[in-house]
Amino acid sequence: MAEGENEVRWDGLCSRDSTTRETALENIKQTVLRKTEYLRSVKETPLRPSDGLSNAVSLDGLNKLLAHLLMLSKRCPFKDVREKSEFILKSVQELGIRIPRPLGHGPSRFIPEKEILQVGSEDTQMHTLFADSFAALGRLDNITLVMVFHPQYLESFLKTQHYLLQMDGPLPLHYRHYIGIMAAARHQCSYLVNLHVNDFLHVGGDPKWLNGLENAPQKLQNLGELNKVLAHRPWLITKEHIEGLLKAEEHSWSLAELVHAVVLLTHYHSLASFTFGCGISPEIHCDGGHTFRPPSVSNYCICDITNGNHSVDEMQVNSAGNVSVSDSFFEVEALMEKMRQLQECRDEEEASQEEMASRFEIEKRESMFVFSSDDEEVTPARDVSRHFEDTSYGYKDFSRHGMHVPTFRVQDYCWEDHGYSLVNRLYPDVGQLIDEKFHIAYNLTYNTMAMHKDVDTSMLRRAIWNYIHCMFGIRYDDYDYGEINQLLDRSFKVYIKTVVCTPEKVTKRMYDSFWRQFKHSEKVHVNLLLIEARMQAELLYALRAITRYMT
Amino acid sequence: MEKMSRVTTALGGSTLTGRTMHCHLDAPANAISVCRDAAQVVVAGRSIFKIYAIEDEQFVEKLNLRVGRKPSLNLSCADVVWHQMDENLLATAATNGVVVTWNLGRPSRNKQDQLFTEHKRTVNKVCFHPTEAHVLLSGSQDGFMKCFDLRRKDSVSTFSGQSESVRDVQFSIRDYFTFASTFENGNVQLWDIRRPDRCERMFTAHNGPVFCCDWHPEDRGWLATGGRDKMVKVWDMTTHRAKEVHCVQTIASVARVKWRPECRHHLATCSMMVDHNIYVWDVRRPFVPAAMFEEHRDVTTGIAWRHPHDPSFLLSGSKDSTLCQHLFRDASQPVERANPEGLCYGLFGDLAFAAKESLVATESGRKPYAGDRRHPIFFKRKLDPAEPFVGLASSALSVFEIEPGSGSMSWFVDTAERYALAGRPLAELCDHNAKVARDLGRNQVAQTWTMLRIIYCSPGLASATSLNHSVGKGSSCGLPLMNSFNLKDMAPGLGSETRLDRSKGDTRSDTVLLDSSATLITNEDNEETEGSDVPADYLLGDVEGEEDELYLLDPEHAHPEDPEYVLPQEAFPLRHEIVDTPPGPEHLQDKADSPHVSGSEADAASLAPVDSSFSLLSVSHALHDTRLPPDFFSALVCDMLRFYAEQGDVQMAVSVLIVLGERVRKDIDEQTQEHWYTSYIDLLQRFCLWNVSNQVVKLSTSRAISCLNQASTTLHVNCSHCKRPMSSRGWVCDRCHRCASMCAVCHHVVKGLFVWCQGCSHGGHLQHIMKWLEGSSHCPAGCGHLCEYS
Repeated sequence: MAEGENEVRWDGLCSRDSTTRETALENIKQTVLRKTEYLRSVKETPLRPSDGLSNAVSLDGLNKLLAHLLMLSKRCPFKDVREKSEFILKSVQELGIRIPRPLGHGPSRFIPEKEILQVGSEDTQMHTLFADSFAALGRLDNITLVMVFHPQYLESFLKTQHYLLQMDGPLPLHYRHYIGIMAAARHQCSYLVNLHVNDFLHVGGDPKWLNGLENAPQKLQNLGELNKVLAHRPWLITKEHIEGLLKAEEHSWSLAELVHAVVLLTHYHSLASFTFGCGISPEIHCDGGHTFRPPSVSNYCICDITNGNHSVDEMQVNSAGNVSVSDSFFEVEALMEKMRQLQECRDEEEASQEEMASRFEIEKRESMFVFSSDDEEVTPARDVSRHFEDTSYGYKDFSRHGMHVPTFRVQDYCWEDHGYSLVNRLYPDVGQLIDEKFHIAYNLTYNTMAMHKDVDTSMLRRAIWNYIHCMFGIRYDDYDYGEINQLLDRSFKVYIKTVVCTPEKVTKRMYDSFWRQFKHSEKVHVNLLLIEARMQAELLYALRAITRYMT
Repeated sequence: MEKMSRVTTALGGSTLTGRTMHCHLDAPANAISVCRDAAQVVVAGRSIFKIYAIEDEQFVEKLNLRVGRKPSLNLSCADVVWHQMDENLLATAATNGVVVTWNLGRPSRNKQDQLFTEHKRTVNKVCFHPTEAHVLLSGSQDGFMKCFDLRRKDSVSTFSGQSESVRDVQFSIRDYFTFASTFENGNVQLWDIRRPDRCERMFTAHNGPVFCCDWHPEDRGWLATGGRDKMVKVWDMTTHRAKEVHCVQTIASVARVKWRPECRHHLATCSMMVDHNIYVWDVRRPFVPAAMFEEHRDVTTGIAWRHPHDPSFLLSGSKDSTLCQHLFRDASQPVERANPEGLCYGLFGDLAFAAKESLVATESGRKPYAGDRRHPIFFKRKLDPAEPFVGLASSALSVFEIEPGSGSMSWFVDTAERYALAGRPLAELCDHNAKVARDLGRNQVAQTWTMLRIIYCSPGLASATSLNHSVGKGSSCGLPLMNSFNLKDMAPGLGSETRLDRSKGDTRSDTVLLDSSATLITNEDNEETEGSDVPADYLLGDVEGEEDELYLLDPEHAHPEDPEYVLPQEAFPLRHEIVDTPPGPEHLQDKADSPHVSGSEADAASLAPVDSSFSLLSVSHALHDTRLPPDFFSALVCDMLRFYAEQGDVQMAVSVLIVLGERVRKDIDEQTQEHWYTSYIDLLQRFCLWNVSNQVVKLSTSRAISCLNQASTTLHVNCSHCKRPMSSRGWVCDRCHRCASMCAVCHHVVKGLFVWCQGCSHGGHLQHIMKWLEGSSHCPAGCGHLCEYS
């Protein structure tokens, strides 16, 4: 069989025209059936040793196809494609070939599948979003399916991501995906790495680069240092870092390229936080997203094991949750009561200036000790670690280790006034898009809290936002950091800190143990706040360094 | 700089003196404000709060208001303002949301007077009432504006901007009760101080935050606003709806804006990012700033005119920790560096050229002969003495008219349409194109094609020797014959090509020479068949007299010394290989000066010095050149292409490039090729030669060009029934589920080419409609319209 015939083209499926999709599907069906026939004929004839290898190769190819079809049958926003792919899978099964089935429990390991919107039951607005996303990427990833809890944000998110990856910009397409891989690998986020490895190859990237950063061009290698510092200790970025990148002879970056790269890096760092924070499962068509084994009773996802989320564990949490329903009910009540109190007494007693200053310091210091007890080192999976160097470099608490870093004051350099202008100058339109995204994330509210309606949550949202910035040493002069202590309890702080600083250590237990009475959509909302606040913090440090370099 | 300036002001004859100067502060400044007496300035920042006296030669620190053991956040100032009625009264806005007032009259070291802690977020701006002694207004990030009466402990009234952050508040100077506030979402609101419940008026002024505003000191209705969208807008508020009267586009977000005293249309701006300069604009000239102060090394955070009636002193504070006094006289004026000349083509090829009068005068003085072909029409602008930049506004406009017919580009269109670029063997292409060129009377071009053919596909290796001779011969017999041709005999095509050049003085002599060389080729063509037994295809003249051989050397020898000769000679690419000898410059000069008079004497003169002593050299040289591979010429061919492109005949360059393909492509760098292609395609499209342009795009090998065909290939259609865009398919509307594009003839859905009448919007399959129109001119749908298709 000629190799060309076996090539399957998926892009026809992204079309909005149903006839185009139909012909594309028909072609896929032909190819799949041809391959299946071929395999069957090989099986029937007595096995020759030389055939063994090629047989395995073509079986592998077929399995990849089948996995992709499985993904389509579950995740394509177009009904006809879903049905037809399922039909193809069925007919292959009838021919005696083993077909895959999805592993895990929906797009997220933390959120039960039934809570998440099923593809096919979305309303028109969401359908448009899905169709746009599918048309742009050829898939509907799990992140999208989880974010669709908040369609308003999702729209802005997808628009920004699409612009960053596919529209006009100073960097070539394969660079963009490679930078995405570099950023995600910093947090050992195999989910994002896998996705972008596929995209990277699809836009014509050199597969050799994937063997490690040292195989990539010098220019990208130079970016490694910035990636590392930005991901873990952004407050250490100085204008020397920027200068080093901009003045590296023939490997130097231009300012516009650098801003593009910085935006990509911060985007993917925070997206990695989201992936772990919401326990996003591997994509169905990627490794670990499906299995060819028949279902058995004692079956759990490999990723669950590595993260210590055995199904037994889940049971325990659930039972614990059942017992303390009344407790957690009071939790919400107590939180609301505190908010009310703060609202009322704010005008009455005023803390002294020294008090205010020390509260920030206290909060900053305390945030260091907020860490989950199960702090065991997880060795990163092999294939991800090769994308970054210096695995030992991780989040170090702000100002824990002797070196004094001056507090970053928002009043002196903020996104609205300074960051925006700089980004928009060097990478037009992106400033606007990110600005919109920040705004939506910060102002998003449905005025609900768990079972309560008509609640003004702005105070709570501001506390979360400022707490994250506090962990990065960013201070708001006009904020009373005592509020954070009142509003965020310890288990919530543990979760926030882990998601933002060391996302790879997030476990289902952490996710379950904060805000037990709150809805999953609200927890996703919290995650959106976390990732946007983190992205802004990183951007602020990086952009300030660039500004300093320019002046 | 060092000179003192003495300016009499409107204020009771007192004078302000000073010079451009600066002083170093200990920390970055966030804002500055001037005392009423124009002798003191207060500087406030995160960790600085000082008063400086402005003396003639320097700033002198007078008072440090930042006292106390522990610096408190109350002292971290975002804004500062000095009362314009009471010189002891100041107010600051702190980043933690506190508003503080200061009384310099207090006897103790700590001058702090009152503390208002009513705002929940950073206070961005404070503002005293211009005439009322005790009224203070503040605007904060929390979206509220508060009005304080300094005789009371808390605010008198609170104004809510509906949860959007307030960036600036300013009392109107003329209207006692009115103030304006600007917001982060781009809105501007107008409030009446007596009515805190709702604003009087609101409008969206900018896209993104409005950072600042300033009322015009004299014009009661004018408000200037500056925003993150890099614009300064001037609004007329007297009308029912706020009207934008002026708009200035700057290069960075606008942080502060201040009207210049005594100058009705001037305002000063500074930016908070990237750009460190302070600009003074005349709002009627929104493109070039009237003045620019470039002293600061980091962004300017505060600007203030020193005295409300003195337009020449500007004070500024900056993040680079300096306080500056700028003298208007010392400002740099970008207008002076701007190029005050304009050039434009009219619809019919007329050329208009405007420049400063003085410039034009010297220009024409230098080149007296530039006048003969020019038909200048002079326009002079009537000067309005009230206008700014009076000195610069006096300009002269000259218009160069094209003689009817001479500007015609029909040769270009014809050539483009008739050239064959691909699909046949090289030799045939060359011949064809040469014929086309000759038909159009462009003999030089025709000759080039012929030569290309000879170079690249000499059938039996028609010896390069003879080629060399023949080309030389061509010119040699051409030159002496010059007198037999006068310019009127020149082919019309050539005339038009060169005419434009003539109006430029510099290229004048080139042009003439070009004419003559072109003419001599014409001559060759006439001559080539007679007296020669060598095939006319590649022998351009006859090969008889030895003397002729000598003549031919002349132009080559001439060229290295005299730059004026370079251009035309490149038209003969083969000449470069021949050894150069010094020319007789004085003869050439003659020639250049009397181009029209005629060839004969001038030529004879210039040829005279070349005598037989050179002949041996040239002949032997030629003999060595036998059997050259085509590669040998590629450098010359490239030079030739460049020559054509330089001359403006990019058509030739591209056509040759395409026809020769691989043979020359590697010798010309990608960028140049791309440049040629784009210019040629652009020209073709201007002449609506879509098919040709498409062919060129298709034949080009450069990636950047060939992808032009792939760009914007999408056609968006709206449904003819519900007028909504049809997103998924082009022929069925998702919304109303009807087939939108039915063929009026066969009544089937049209999925391919759809043609429709723009009058009645009926249409259908291209073939069907064409067929229908053969029989009837009425609409096939029966609507009775007389359809027209272009």
